[in-house]
Amino acid sequence: MTWLLAFWAELPLIVQLGVKIVAIIVPLMVAVAYYTLAERKVIGYMHVRIGPNRVGPRGLLQPIADAVKLMFKEMIVPTNADRYLFIIAPILALAPALGAWAVIPFTDTLVLADINASLLYVLALTSMGVYGVVVAGWASNSKYAFLGAMRSAAQIVAYEIAMGFALVGVLMAAGSLNLREIVLAQSGGIHQWFFIPLFPLFLVYLISGVAETNRSPFDVAEGESEIVAGFHVEYSGMGFAVFFLAEYANMLLISALTVLMFLGGWHAPAQIPPFVWIPGLFWFFGKLAAVAFLFLWFRATFPRYRYDQIMRLGWKVFIPITLVWITVIGVAKFFTPFGHWFG
Amino acid sequence: MFKRIFSTWFLLELVRGLGVTGGYFFRKKITIQYPEEKTPKSPRFRGLHALRRYPNGEERCIACKLCEAVCPALAITIESEERDDGTRRTTRYDIDLFKCIYCGYCEEACPVDSIVLTDLHEYHFETGASGTINKLDLLHIGDTHEGAIARAREADAGYR
Repeated sequence: MTWLLAFWAELPLIVQLGVKIVAIIVPLMVAVAYYTLAERKVIGYMHVRIGPNRVGPRGLLQPIADAVKLMFKEMIVPTNADRYLFIIAPILALAPALGAWAVIPFTDTLVLADINASLLYVLALTSMGVYGVVVAGWASNSKYAFLGAMRSAAQIVAYEIAMGFALVGVLMAAGSLNLREIVLAQSGGIHQWFFIPLFPLFLVYLISGVAETNRSPFDVAEGESEIVAGFHVEYSGMGFAVFFLAEYANMLLISALTVLMFLGGWHAPAQIPPFVWIPGLFWFFGKLAAVAFLFLWFRATFPRYRYDQIMRLGWKVFIPITLVWITVIGVAKFFTPFGHWFG
Repeated sequence: MFKRIFSTWFLLELVRGLGVTGGYFFRKKITIQYPEEKTPKSPRFRGLHALRRYPNGEERCIACKLCEAVCPALAITIESEERDDGTRRTTRYDIDLFKCIYCGYCEEACPVDSIVLTDLHEYHFETGASGTINKLDLLHIGDTHEGAIARAREADAGYR
């Protein structure tokens, strides 16, 4: 063990970082693949059917089969498409979804890059994701793709603001932009987690998160029943697969962020024996899975919003709520005796 | 008033919706695992055709061509001749299954219960151009499934 650690310390920094990145990306990709299976299974169960169960025991090899199929399919570039942008768009969509994981603290010590402004970094990267969608819609040179991209751009701009304001609330309560410190500010038990004092912001963040990832009921950018598949109609094979990965990686990312900022990260809900026996890593992943399950549950439950309703909800409901609640936090924190409640 | 504000802010309607789908999540699944499990079929099920024989092995069909005449899709083609013992029999009995609409009129028209629709629905063709089955095939289907055909006719007899 000691010689292994010594060997590790001897390695050049770039190799160490590379190993760490692989240690995050590979499990993440596996999680994304199995998240797609989980989605099909969960939605199937809610439809009172079984879902995929033919490939492997209980359908467990289905994501592998899907991935292999997509890899061997031809990636067709439409004749009039902008070749360069067309190929770069899926990469633009996936890269931020993966890059943001660099600053996610899995436990107190387990974090790739513990930077000061990690919340800002995450916000910056998640808003980069929309460029993949917009560029894909533009480069495809197809009206459906273009409509999808326009919808997605408008929607993400609207919800980005509400989401940002919700995070401002978190940052006020925690007094830090560092995700690790935000989680540390919630230590002590379930009553310290930010979803209680910041309940409206929690809801706004969760719903905006669903909207940000273009998930049902905010999936007008894809809108299978109206604009076929939206921004990725023209994509096939690996290009499509990468968009697919990006969407699910984004969902997991939003789930992770929700857990970190509102649900106490790796902390156990109470500091009493049965809870403290479970290591923090498991609490983190358990909560992450619960929030990720919510995404699937939403999709099985809610019908798609009409487009103008989405805009109304974003601009006229969420932004005012977040602004009001930020004020409430500020006032409560500094001018009332309930200040300790808000961090 | 207060109740309304409460239900709006805590998204109670949405939570109730989630409750419905959440309930179905644990409900017993109704899926039939098709190739392994099958739903029961009515004795009136109209699937692949067959030509039947009498118990003594003589084919029932007397080439009256009523089925050919009644067939709305013109899927049946019959040619006939007189056999040495003076009876009229078919020399050709083709059904184009691509034309056939499985209406069962041929079975209703048949005076000797020769042409019948069996309950077989899992069959395929391996030559793409033609979906025609001939007299030999039809008689063979009749021979191999005679028991099932007779049982289905028996079960449905009271309702005809």
